Amino acid sequence: MKKIISGNEAIALSFGDSGGVFASGYPGTPSTEVLEEVARLGQVYCEWAPNEKVGLESAIGASVAGGRSLATMKHVGVNVAADALMTLTYTGVNAGLILMVADDPGMHSSQNEQDSRNYARFAKVPMLDPSDSQEAYDFTRIAFEISEQFDTPTMLRTTTRISHAKGRVEQREQIVAKVGAWEKNVPKYVMLPNFGKLKHVEVEARLLKLQAYAETSPLNRVEMADTELGILTSGISYQHVKEAFPNASVLKLGMVHPLPEKMIREFAGKVQRFMVVEEMDAIFEEQIRAMGIRVDIGKDKISYCGEVSADIVRAAAGGAAAVAGLAPVENLPQRPPTFCPGCAHRGLFSILAKLKTFVSGDIGCYTLGALPPMSAMHCVVCMGASISAAHGMAKVNAIAGRTEKPVAVIGDSTFFHSGITGLLSMVYNGGNALVIIMDNRTTGMTGGQENPGSGSVLQGDPTKQVDIVALVKVLGVENVVEIDTYNLAATEAAIKKGLETPGPYVLVDRNPCVLRYRVKQPTVSVDPEKCTGCRACLKAACVALGLTASGDKPKVAVDPNICNGCGVCTQLCKFDAMTKG
Amino acid sequence: MEIFNIVIAGVGGQGVLMASKVLAESALASGMDVKQNEVHGMAQRGGSVISFVRIGDQVFSPVVMPGSADILISFEPLEALRYVHYLKPGGKLVYNKATINPSTVASGLATYPKDVEEQIARACGNSHGIDALAVAQKAGNAKAVNMVMVGSVMKSLPLDAQIIEGVVRELSKDKGVEVNLKALAGGAAA
Repeated sequence: MKKIISGNEAIALSFGDSGGVFASGYPGTPSTEVLEEVARLGQVYCEWAPNEKVGLESAIGASVAGGRSLATMKHVGVNVAADALMTLTYTGVNAGLILMVADDPGMHSSQNEQDSRNYARFAKVPMLDPSDSQEAYDFTRIAFEISEQFDTPTMLRTTTRISHAKGRVEQREQIVAKVGAWEKNVPKYVMLPNFGKLKHVEVEARLLKLQAYAETSPLNRVEMADTELGILTSGISYQHVKEAFPNASVLKLGMVHPLPEKMIREFAGKVQRFMVVEEMDAIFEEQIRAMGIRVDIGKDKISYCGEVSADIVRAAAGGAAAVAGLAPVENLPQRPPTFCPGCAHRGLFSILAKLKTFVSGDIGCYTLGALPPMSAMHCVVCMGASISAAHGMAKVNAIAGRTEKPVAVIGDSTFFHSGITGLLSMVYNGGNALVIIMDNRTTGMTGGQENPGSGSVLQGDPTKQVDIVALVKVLGVENVVEIDTYNLAATEAAIKKGLETPGPYVLVDRNPCVLRYRVKQPTVSVDPEKCTGCRACLKAACVALGLTASGDKPKVAVDPNICNGCGVCTQLCKFDAMTKG
Repeated sequence: MEIFNIVIAGVGGQGVLMASKVLAESALASGMDVKQNEVHGMAQRGGSVISFVRIGDQVFSPVVMPGSADILISFEPLEALRYVHYLKPGGKLVYNKATINPSTVASGLATYPKDVEEQIARACGNSHGIDALAVAQKAGNAKAVNMVMVGSVMKSLPLDAQIIEGVVRELSKDKGVEVNLKALAGGAAA
């Protein structure tokens, strides 16, 4: 029976149906639901790792021990795991190993738009690129087979519209998981230079074998139709191509590295106009041009930035424009994402905005503190960078004779991921920054996943909970203070003290995520007699607040359906007009 | 059949994704091909949310192109305006009249258009506003707005109302079944 499931759910289902034994990864949109679904299905062991490198390394160990393994991550996670990947490609595998990576063209929830197909070329490993949920299911199984047949990790790549779009999936017959032998093999698994040199030769030979496989594999197929226009494409772009030109000839690549040169040359030779449709980088086009094959329409007509769509494909090939729909309405108030009502981050950023300090931020819900009206985050690069960047700023400030101490803000999961080493460096190198760890005991932005500080594992079962205060102390930080960001006055005093005291200073807020832990308190009420309409409370940027009737000075009203009762707005009110509970 | 394009818009937390799931599962139960797509992540934090459901004999792309939607279901008036250009000429708009302030309005950086309903009527000649929040509250839970909205468009979809009811029954948790079915019926009558 067919089900309607997302690409991520299909990968998880197929992992279990294809003899998977071990899965690990770190949450990251749009990849997160794969491991969540593996856990929900309950067929196969799986776990959250503190970061993608640890996840991939654990999957390597699982493969060496004879179990088919899976590591999942978002595109930027591969940067973290790349150290392992670049040598894993030399050692190869024992049982099959899949590195599943979800790219985010259009940056729906990411800090950059990197194209993971570059990593397949860089690491010289095969990469599969499914174009719907059924292929996500089928390709997962094939990825294991390729991994074992060619002694290589296989990258399984999705994009947001594959990971999150739902389509019909038919399950295949179940392969019973078997665990193979766990054998010592020093020349295969120990990459000392002498062994590595031999392995590099094998990697190059393997690539040629994979190329031959690509020429005949059903993963790549030609749909010959009208030869006026022939389009080479893969992944989600295939669907956009079929929407735009249902009668065109198509060379659909399911395996996007290495490329089937003969197949492409033959296809290009049969069509009048040869078009390449690929999201983001010109990976196909550059290689095809290097093969000496002409490309009539490609990146000259399709942007390197953002997603491809049926309309973009149509326009690029000079097709008739789609019928115009209703006119768009301009100049509407924007509705950006914002802190949830009741979120503990709101109090913190109200104060940081007021103090006007330079805030070195990090990846998580708190990154929203960079948006107006808070505008209280001034530098965000990658996971963990808040602390290390603040350290660098402090060193240059000292050289320049500036007295202001930078503030780093980081969440619990991000701190475990790669913030700890930054703090270690700050202590080791005599740094001078204030670090605020917002420990809400969940990985919030990705939807509330467990982490080493939440007290539960992926499946929800209890486990050891790391003590962040003790961890920070043992790194050598002498000043570690717990704060409660719902108490604005006390938090402001603590931040000021941290800024005045020289040396590394760490504040830890331990209020739980209200969304994940379903925290709800009695709502706030406003006394319209006392409210002067001064708008001081609106600086909390809470969607439960709004202005009532028009006039010169409209007053503030609280929407009881939205208010979470945190009371931050009551503390911003200078006229005692707001009451909690 | 021609592909039927549905766009569902709203605010993160309103249950747009659940409504999409109901329609997609209903299409599957009706033996049709279907693709459904929305964006997760940052968009969930009180931001604007848009979801697509495409139903037909064979559906390729999961994305509805602007100008091609047969119906736009908006859980909030401002979001109806924001996505009205997804409708094809003559396309139908059904929206919930209950407003939710965006953070830009709540923090005083922007004002909510007071004439939002007039603007909707001007932008789309085939629009219908309902008080979904009141209907949901009457059904027993303010959060059932999503089921009210599904109910309100049932007659305009190429899906059988009984199949939709069956899917709602199946997807609802024990206690929620009654409320959701009431909300669905309330929406159909609104």
